[in-house]
Amino acid sequence: MSVEPLELLSPMSRADSAKVAVRRRGRNWALLAVLFALCGLFYAITLVKIGQGTLKF
Amino acid sequence: MTDPNQVGHGQDREGIQPSLASVSAAAIQGPHMASEEAFSSAGDWLALLKPRVMTLVVFTGWIGLVVAPGHIHPVLAFTAILCIAVAAGAAGAINMWYDRDIDAIMRRTAGRPIPAGRIGASEALGYGITLSAFAVVVMALATNAMAAAVLAFSIFFYVFIYTMWLKRRTPQNIVIGGAAGAFPPVIGWVAVTGGFDLMPVLLFTIVFFWTPPHFWSLSLFAHADYARAGVPMLPVVAGARHTRWQIMLYTVFLVPLTLVPWALHLTGMAYGISALVLGLGFIVCAIRVLRDRQDAVGISLTNDAPARSAFKYSILYLFVLFAALAVDYHVG
Repeated sequence: MSVEPLELLSPMSRADSAKVAVRRRGRNWALLAVLFALCGLFYAITLVKIGQGTLKF
Repeated sequence: MTDPNQVGHGQDREGIQPSLASVSAAAIQGPHMASEEAFSSAGDWLALLKPRVMTLVVFTGWIGLVVAPGHIHPVLAFTAILCIAVAAGAAGAINMWYDRDIDAIMRRTAGRPIPAGRIGASEALGYGITLSAFAVVVMALATNAMAAAVLAFSIFFYVFIYTMWLKRRTPQNIVIGGAAGAFPPVIGWVAVTGGFDLMPVLLFTIVFFWTPPHFWSLSLFAHADYARAGVPMLPVVAGARHTRWQIMLYTVFLVPLTLVPWALHLTGMAYGISALVLGLGFIVCAIRVLRDRQDAVGISLTNDAPARSAFKYSILYLFVLFAALAVDYHVG
């Protein structure tokens, strides 16, 4: 694999930078949604387990 | 015979995919440099989980859960299905990590996030391992240890037995490896009951024998891709004509097998009739594949239209067969 030194050093264009920002924001929102969903899921599992008496402390 | 080691694993991956070079180079990044991950979207991370494959896995797992005797709280049932889905997706992500060299060669898979350079290989591997562990642990917490153990074994089977061992070595890869996709109904059943029975074994066997005609139909019209990547799929190694006969053979074996639960009075009339009608349809598809207009070596002269139809029908077949089973359990 040959890499031109200039390619490594050149900064992103404005268009690329904006595209990356949009994608990063999308990933962050998706991760936030997953984390909230997990909190909700674990909360619900805990309630069910306590209700069934299968969660021992 | 095609040499399965033609594209050996561990071959210089960057050499195979020159378009990746510039993106990979950006992994050595400064504060303003673009990394591979920077270009990935949430959709790319979802695509790593092979959502289309996941659909069938989730459905068969759900049916296993529905037809199992006993009761499971809806929240725990949802969690069990989620774990099956996440585990299947995680195994798919690890598969994409391992197969990134051949994925880059095959037209059908070249656009996947790793060969396209949107997600780094090591990130995909970490993602797959993390999700696998998550799915197994949560399954154990929400349902029982046995279901978690079967789930863990299914991931192990798909990753190590199918992906790493069989896929590049033998044309029987999807026959034996197909077992990985047959586990979900068993896992669903075990999640409810905590143990095994004849019915989940039959469901496993049905999916197991359904996989070869399903996958070989695909490989008939995608054989050029597999040949280019050096994957020893049956049409590449044994030829299209032999594959057509194998599809016929497995389909003829599959149809009576689907009638066994009915014959043993484990299901009712609704399932039995559905299995019979659907099975006859599948046999018709297999006959069309067999009688497709071919050249001297069995290559289709119709752009594999019957094989494409058989592939689509096989998906519909399994969906409707398992749906009929669920309906039968609730009606009967």
